[in-house]
Amino acid sequence: MLTATAIAVDGLGFAAWLFLSSVGLTLIYGVMKILNIAHGGFYALGAYSSAWAIGVYTTTGSTVALTFLLIPLAALIAGAVAGLIVERGVLKFMYGRDEVLMVLVTYAIFLILEDVTKLIWGTQSYVAWQPAFYFGTVEIFDIPYTVYKFITIGTALVVGVSLLLVLNRTRVGKLLLVVIEDREISGALGINVNLFFTVTFVSGAILGALGGAITAPEISVSPGIGAEIVVLSFAVIVIGGMGSIGGAMIGALIVGFARAASVHLYPPAELFSIYLVMAAVLAVKPYGLFALAESRKI
Amino acid sequence: MTKSRLGATMGSLLKTSTSLMAAATLSVMALSDTASAQDQSVKVGFVTFLSGGAAGPFGVPARNAAELMIQSINAGTVPGPYNTPGIGGAMIEPIFVDENSKQKNADYLKLVEKDGVEMVIGYISSGSCKAIAPEAEKAQKLTILFDCGTSQIFEEIVTDPKYTFRTGGHATMDNVAAARYLKQQGVNLDSIAGINQNYAWGQDSWRDFSETVAQLNSDASVATEQFPKIYAGQYGSEISVLLTSKPDVVHSSFWGSDMEAFIIQGSARGIFERSNVVLVTGETAMQRLGPQLPDGTVIGARGPHGALAPDSELNDWFRKAYFDRFGTFPTYPSYKMAQALLGVKTAADKAGSAEQDAVIGALQGLEWEGPSGTVSMALANGHQAIQDTAYGTYKYDKDAGKPVLVDVVRFNAECVNPPAGVTSIEWIQGGFEGAKCE
Repeated sequence: MLTATAIAVDGLGFAAWLFLSSVGLTLIYGVMKILNIAHGGFYALGAYSSAWAIGVYTTTGSTVALTFLLIPLAALIAGAVAGLIVERGVLKFMYGRDEVLMVLVTYAIFLILEDVTKLIWGTQSYVAWQPAFYFGTVEIFDIPYTVYKFITIGTALVVGVSLLLVLNRTRVGKLLLVVIEDREISGALGINVNLFFTVTFVSGAILGALGGAITAPEISVSPGIGAEIVVLSFAVIVIGGMGSIGGAMIGALIVGFARAASVHLYPPAELFSIYLVMAAVLAVKPYGLFALAESRKI
Repeated sequence: MTKSRLGATMGSLLKTSTSLMAAATLSVMALSDTASAQDQSVKVGFVTFLSGGAAGPFGVPARNAAELMIQSINAGTVPGPYNTPGIGGAMIEPIFVDENSKQKNADYLKLVEKDGVEMVIGYISSGSCKAIAPEAEKAQKLTILFDCGTSQIFEEIVTDPKYTFRTGGHATMDNVAAARYLKQQGVNLDSIAGINQNYAWGQDSWRDFSETVAQLNSDASVATEQFPKIYAGQYGSEISVLLTSKPDVVHSSFWGSDMEAFIIQGSARGIFERSNVVLVTGETAMQRLGPQLPDGTVIGARGPHGALAPDSELNDWFRKAYFDRFGTFPTYPSYKMAQALLGVKTAADKAGSAEQDAVIGALQGLEWEGPSGTVSMALANGHQAIQDTAYGTYKYDKDAGKPVLVDVVRFNAECVNPPAGVTSIEWIQGGFEGAKCE
């Protein structure tokens, strides 16, 4: 019972982090058909902005509670600025190119963003632990868990449900679904596809930055964190089906529980478990669990 | 003035003049030597992490120490016996390369073949060292590994080294000392657990620690052994396992951002209160985390470096010079870089040349003084260093507002390192035969 509970809570916590870190990637792919490797750069920018802002703020000696506002604010500013520059400055000139070429383009942008973080924040790592400790812990079967972890889980839930509601219940969301379905027909119907691209890319960048920003208080923010997250995020969205928000949720849960179970039950399989699950899913569903059916154009 | 007094005065003047002339001649000779030395230079490649997760806590402090030491060695301003300019009469001309590369071997060969370096000093990651040591032997280029820890380098990878040296102790020293420290402090060792990175350094460290504990306490059992991926950053599940398995001791050789993340996540969840946690490389986090690193944590520095360094003129000079230049005190990667450079200087000065073959001949089996004490190239046919080491218990001094180490215990080099010709694991499992611990 103890182990089962621990696997459930740990799996949920890891899944929440994975979802927040990967949902921007799947959103951009779904709308724009761009596998955005630069996502790792947005994640890192969010983490650095958040850690830096918390660090500067806490030196003033003010209440730590306000740092919970700084985290989304840092993500919003970092993601919006970087996303807008990348989309308006580079990607808008590349739309319609081959998907593989776009992978290379976004990889180049990722490398540039890595250097940008070093130029701004240097090579030193940043720690901003105050929010992670602020609400203390709760014990479940004698195992303490930080309240911050449950805040992360709650945030992931809110972000996921909000995105699904916006996509399925609002006019803008429905128009976006039309763009996802067929961008040429959408354009012919008078939808401003380019505007949707810009808004989607900036939203994806902000979500990527939010993943980093909310993680920052639990880690040591250092150069290279963006590269790690791209690989994991890719595994998550491939399992769920590239471009599917619900798929990213399920993918994150599968990976989260698989990893937690292996750590608790058979630690040597920890590293392998994520990719084993991915291989098993792809063997049965080659396009992922919730991949959108694609019509073939003749 | 009488004749005799005049004679005495003249004699005195003559003596003074002679002395002055002799002094002037010596000065001119010294200046000439200096000018001659400054005319010669030796290209040395330096490879450390200049980007990536290991740059901040390891690569950059090592690079900083290299810059400081190169400037000081070239100027002859390091305290004696290192107060002559250059190495073997030649000025060091550094070329810095980033270790955070997917093509480490190609970068190394570029240094050797294109840049024409006389020697390479570098490599923090055990993975890098495992790749570069055979390459160095193949390229026949003097290569000094200054930091990486895996004992596999000379025990399995390059068993008959000619060109490869390591001027710092390996993982066995760090982990045998950690276990001995816990035993000496009266910590219960019945149940131990490990959380170490899943590559050579983490695996070797855990093997040496757990095997040493098994020797020191035959009742010891392993509660859990966790090997997360390097740079994983998220250790929620692993910490839950450590909490549920309730070990007496948690051992971790995590380093850099991984170690800091583990400290933050683990201390928030009380793992440091429920178990005695030993951090093999903990010294690098002391200044950075301050009060966030829980009191009572057992701290190592991969040798008697940093906060564990003994008092000496050389150490005082190094700490002051480093602080004056970089605004922070040097941690162990800086010490190990300084140690490597002083070893090279000692060897080159002894050989009277900075040329590769001369330095190799002199460095083999060499003994020299570093900022953290005596270093002896005693293992692997004179290619692997041993030195004394130390562990301490962390305490944050709230009044002074700074971290300190208490209950510091020093261990002789021969107490925590295997003798020459015996592999680490054979030595540990054989009950530390030949260990000199008094």
